[in-house]
Amino acid sequence: MGALEIIKDHTLTFEQKVINLAKEAENSLNVLNYSGEAIRLKEKGIICDLFEGAAPYRPRYILPDYEKFMKQGSEFLRLTPPTDIWEAVNNLLILYKHVPSITTFPVWIGNLDTLLEPFINNEDEARHAIKFLLKHVDRTLTDSFVHANIGPLETKAGRIILEVERELQDAIPNITLKYDPNITPDEFVIEAIKTALTVAKPSFANHQMFVSDLGSEDYGIASCYNGLHVGGGGSTLIRLVLAKLAGEASSVEDFKKNILPNAVQVMAEFMDERIRFLYEESGFFESNFLVKEGLIDRNRFTGMFGMVGLAECVNTLLHASEQKERFGYSETANQLGVEILEIIQDELAKRNNPFNVVSGGKHTMHAQVGIDTDSGISPGCRIPIGEEPALLPHIQQTALYHKYFPSGIGDIMPFDKTASNNPAYVLDIIKGAFQTGMRYFSTYSDDCDVIRITGYLVKKSDMEKLTRGENVLNDAVVLGLGAAQKSKILERKVRNV
Amino acid sequence: MIPFSSVDGLGNRFAIFLQNCMFNCWYCHNPETINNCNNCGICIDYCKTGAISLVEGKVVYDIFKCINCDECIKSCPHNASPKIQVLTPDEVMKEVLKVKPFIRGITVSGGECTLQEDFLIELFTLAQAQGLTCFIDTNGGVPLWDKPELMEVTDKFMLDVKAFDDSEHRKLTGASSENVIKNLMFLANDKKLYEVRTVCSEIGFDNEHTVREVSKILSSIDSSVQYKLITYRPFGVREEFKYKLQVPSESYMQRLSQIVKENGLKNILIV
Repeated sequence: MGALEIIKDHTLTFEQKVINLAKEAENSLNVLNYSGEAIRLKEKGIICDLFEGAAPYRPRYILPDYEKFMKQGSEFLRLTPPTDIWEAVNNLLILYKHVPSITTFPVWIGNLDTLLEPFINNEDEARHAIKFLLKHVDRTLTDSFVHANIGPLETKAGRIILEVERELQDAIPNITLKYDPNITPDEFVIEAIKTALTVAKPSFANHQMFVSDLGSEDYGIASCYNGLHVGGGGSTLIRLVLAKLAGEASSVEDFKKNILPNAVQVMAEFMDERIRFLYEESGFFESNFLVKEGLIDRNRFTGMFGMVGLAECVNTLLHASEQKERFGYSETANQLGVEILEIIQDELAKRNNPFNVVSGGKHTMHAQVGIDTDSGISPGCRIPIGEEPALLPHIQQTALYHKYFPSGIGDIMPFDKTASNNPAYVLDIIKGAFQTGMRYFSTYSDDCDVIRITGYLVKKSDMEKLTRGENVLNDAVVLGLGAAQKSKILERKVRNV
Repeated sequence: MIPFSSVDGLGNRFAIFLQNCMFNCWYCHNPETINNCNNCGICIDYCKTGAISLVEGKVVYDIFKCINCDECIKSCPHNASPKIQVLTPDEVMKEVLKVKPFIRGITVSGGECTLQEDFLIELFTLAQAQGLTCFIDTNGGVPLWDKPELMEVTDKFMLDVKAFDDSEHRKLTGASSENVIKNLMFLANDKKLYEVRTVCSEIGFDNEHTVREVSKILSSIDSSVQYKLITYRPFGVREEFKYKLQVPSESYMQRLSQIVKENGLKNILIV
């Protein structure tokens, strides 16, 4: 899209035009030195930079240390530490507007419950303040990748957030409950499930698994489902489109021995170059107030090595046409999926990037959820929509892959609306899924207006508006609509209960 | 056996359906569970895939050839099924353990499972040793107060009260309601009642009377028991009974729910 086209587009709001024009300007630069092989793979759509821009001037995902901000206020923003719930909400809303990211909106707005809990004296007033905050977030941070966390402990604030979300029916923010069966009470998770079956959030993160993989409780779930360090985040996310890479191989062996290892190395170098520019040339870490005030630390970011289309890759390599031979059903296909991830992991382990301090010099693997223009490419390691097996074998299959992706992977299991008669049923399934090795579980019910597209939420009613050519506030609606048209999102298998 | 069930008690449960029932309800939607197969072999001719055969006078069923078209069940003149499996409690437990991380318990239903008391006691003892809760889904026809051993190993019951009035109950099920009502009181007093269910049809029976009397009894003993009001649906019901009953309107179901509420019960579910 050219600048003039952006200016004249009737479906874009003013803010959406500004963001698109800024990207247009960035992309007029040519400052990154990519290898010839990287450019070749990029042109073939095998390496995809997710429109991250031609000159990275901020990390892709930033998770500020909001706890610290609450304690110290901000000199740059001229804010003193809050003394009551209204000041707390106001300070947060101010900071949110100054947190950069790939989308220009903050992709992580903190562990909202623990941030607000100390300020709750009167529950009615707290409910009022929290509703005020959430509504403000939905109407001003107009992007579905804005993500709040709650849990793992039960709090009054957490409970209020769940209740208020049921009432508001907003797509933003995305919410994750960090869930640890040993410390999160069942009744609290049941409240969360009731909310999820009403408004498609929260999702459920396997807290024990994240803590063990990231080595700290100081992590957040940002954007779609990305597990990243608080006070840091993800410097870049590039994805390897395995669905297309498979076409380069003459055999399974060729893929495993030559094609895949080469592509991983080339893409990792591509990422290194972007990270180099961000750290050494952009000046971000020398100038941004978040760094100066200690709310983020240059050593707590990691490069995110994304992949998509494992299912199609495996099916192509095995020439699997019949359902029983395909990814999701055949033991051989599922195991080839595991081998592919092992190869990626091993290849990444051979490399060192000095800026990836928090992840031991390594890029972190990420199962990317896809983009609106993807067609015939399933998100991350998911089974294609339309081919989903029954719930139990589906969970067992998907759990094989979750351990490889500390920086994010997830699956979505929508339920028939009658599941809300027995939310404990969903709780038991989540417990089993986590014991089986799933990292992240999302659900919604088939009668929700807010639905989960791939990792983010969109209102069906907004997609209808956009189809009619009207403006919509949330800039992710266009992505949702693209995915609904190309990736059959609205046909995802609903689990009858 | 159904490894994941959301409608057979609290949470996700492994549901097991046993053969045989002493009631014969108009709206039974799985009438093939009423009797045991008598090896007449009539169903063999109806099977499209050759999954059923007669071996030494006994009907044998091949699960791998079956495509679940259920023609065999429709053709059976005895309200039975060739598809049943004969399993020991140990064999059932082996299947249950495969999904243990996902379930909080097991529920045995039917047919009328309390007719196979010894099996239940053995199975439940094994399940409880694994930390699983054990629920029974019953029509209430068997005097449970005479079965202390079974009561000991059963965590909760789900009881059908199909009609309160004895003559109505006889008309609908072919059996008296006397034991059902006694069981209702016995189980509620024993704090072993998870749920009471009544299938509701707008014509045929006085549901309002049943629902009123049942909720009065329950609220006087344990008002926390869930009352599930089930909307009659003709799916799976035998042709000769299908049109004797009528699918109730939503407002009718709401009226019944109101009666339950007015009589002091808190947990009401319309499905």
